[in-house]
Amino acid sequence: MQKYQHAIPAGLIALLGLWVAYVSYTQSPAAAFAFPRLVSAVFVVLAVWTFVKALREGADQDGGFTRTEIFKIAPGMILSAAYVFWGAKFFGFYTGTTIAFFILLSLYDPADHQLAKSWVKRVIITAGFMAVMYCLFALILNVYTPREIWS
Amino acid sequence: MEFLYYFDEVFTLWAFSMLLLGTVFGLILGATPGLSPTMAVALAIPFTFKMEPAHGLILLGALYTSTVAGGAVSAILLKIPGAPANIATTLDGHAMAKNGDGKRALQLSFLASLFGGVAGVLLLIFTTPILAKWALVFGPSESFWIAILGVTIIGTLGSTSVIKGLLAGCIGLWISTIGFDDILGTQRFIFHSSLAGGINIIPALIGLFAIPQVIAMFAKGRSHEDMEVLEIKPHPLRKAIREVASSRRALGIGTAVGSMIGLIPGVGGQIAGLVAYDQTRNFSPERTKFGTGHPEGIIAAEAANNAMVGPSLVPLLTLSIPGSPTAAVLLGGLIIHGIFPGPNIFRDYPQVVWPFINSMLIGQVLMCVFGLMIAGAAAHVARVPRSVMAAVVLALAVFGSYSVQLSMDDVFVMLILGTGMYFLERYGYSAAPLVLGLILGPIAEGNFVEGAMIAAAQNGIGTYFFTGTLNLTMIAIVVGSIAYSVWLELKNRQVGGV
Repeated sequence: MQKYQHAIPAGLIALLGLWVAYVSYTQSPAAAFAFPRLVSAVFVVLAVWTFVKALREGADQDGGFTRTEIFKIAPGMILSAAYVFWGAKFFGFYTGTTIAFFILLSLYDPADHQLAKSWVKRVIITAGFMAVMYCLFALILNVYTPREIWS
Repeated sequence: MEFLYYFDEVFTLWAFSMLLLGTVFGLILGATPGLSPTMAVALAIPFTFKMEPAHGLILLGALYTSTVAGGAVSAILLKIPGAPANIATTLDGHAMAKNGDGKRALQLSFLASLFGGVAGVLLLIFTTPILAKWALVFGPSESFWIAILGVTIIGTLGSTSVIKGLLAGCIGLWISTIGFDDILGTQRFIFHSSLAGGINIIPALIGLFAIPQVIAMFAKGRSHEDMEVLEIKPHPLRKAIREVASSRRALGIGTAVGSMIGLIPGVGGQIAGLVAYDQTRNFSPERTKFGTGHPEGIIAAEAANNAMVGPSLVPLLTLSIPGSPTAAVLLGGLIIHGIFPGPNIFRDYPQVVWPFINSMLIGQVLMCVFGLMIAGAAAHVARVPRSVMAAVVLALAVFGSYSVQLSMDDVFVMLILGTGMYFLERYGYSAAPLVLGLILGPIAEGNFVEGAMIAAAQNGIGTYFFTGTLNLTMIAIVVGSIAYSVWLELKNRQVGGV
């Protein structure tokens, strides 16, 4: 699997390039797709070149991910996705952000979870930050955010 | 000397408040490892919506200037560059701080930043109108090639892999075409209702620059970095001023290198600092002392990375080609205020552009004064745990993206683009060419379509786009920059392979 780590994203980009080219050259009116056609032609050439290069060089290239990194990233990404795609709307912006902020802080805070002091600190940081956000966006910038369960 | 007429505009209550705010926050954000100047400016754009364009740009300009300088604080006291531009500063800055001269290192750094920064902004003031007048002869074909040049030059010179840099630029150009075609109103690549209005630049910029840094913080897990802030002993400012004034070689090389590199689109402050450091060391009779806390090392690096800021805006304001990724974000800031950079910018928006440029000159002085005052405190702010930084940046990114059009679709786009960019970055693709493609795409397309119409009435597309001195010069630069980068990449690979 490690051998194909670079080939997989390069292959996905090549597929995207082919799709862009297909749409650009098959849709009409042609005048509306003149520029996308130009871009997609270069896009496909470069993407296929990168894909072939990734296949040939295999695991010799720099970058990529280790299993440990994926395990570290996953909780934060799942939480971020749940917050953005569901929580912010379901709970309302401020409540959703407060919950996500607190969980994120707790997930990645190196302080001991057994200590009551560290939990109190997290609550204070969350409350302080949300107060600043409310002042900035609701009171100063007058940004109307979804209220949902509070509406 | 037109800029002198607009100097008083910087000293109105609102403008000066924005300048102060941007400077102080910029210094703190710059000192915080993981928060790059580009991200700081991208996150600040939504706050400028309701402001007068000049005030909003003054805030963004002050942030740009002071985040670059503030990065020296953590470079010196924590050995962690606040921004890539401060990498060269860590070499002698931290060594000097470890020897007990942290205060001296900070003073040298801010004074050199002031000198380099002022020289850079003066270059911006005096060269921009000349270049703008020259650029007035550009027609659609030249403007098209200029936009392509912007994408290719940042894609090749600013990326580790030429092919991946250009590919990222292509992805950006494609993303810019999503939505309705401006002329015929045709739907293009709208595969989800969220994309019907196209991709808004601001959420895209926030996502592309902020979210990868948030995920990078996740990737460090719950590990605790034991960052020791070195003690700052008092050091007389007068002595530091005398020391900087006597380091003419380091100041001269740093400022000259920074200014020249700033003028080249896509190269950026990271290279400016390192090249200036290297050249100053080569010309110094005390070259063996570099790396052990030599003052010239700090002065050259900081003068260079701040001298780069002003000139990086020259191609941005006159040709719409940003000189650095942060300048690309500033371009987004200009566009959302309805200001389209180009040859006519000084004729059409003098009341916005001149106060903005003048504020950068005043901002350099404020940056130095506040930098010297709050440097020690800023270093403690730099120790804010990663978990807090990640949560703060994520929340700011979500609120900032939403507030652009009060649309959740923008937030979705921001998160998806940002997450995608994180994965792409891990495989060697960089955000800068993608952003350039996204921003310059509409300019390139508009001029391409206009040029094609003119060409249809004349001698055809080939003749229109591929003849004429200016067209051929720009095509030569595009090809030359690609060829040079390929040569550089092959050379590096050979050196690595030996």
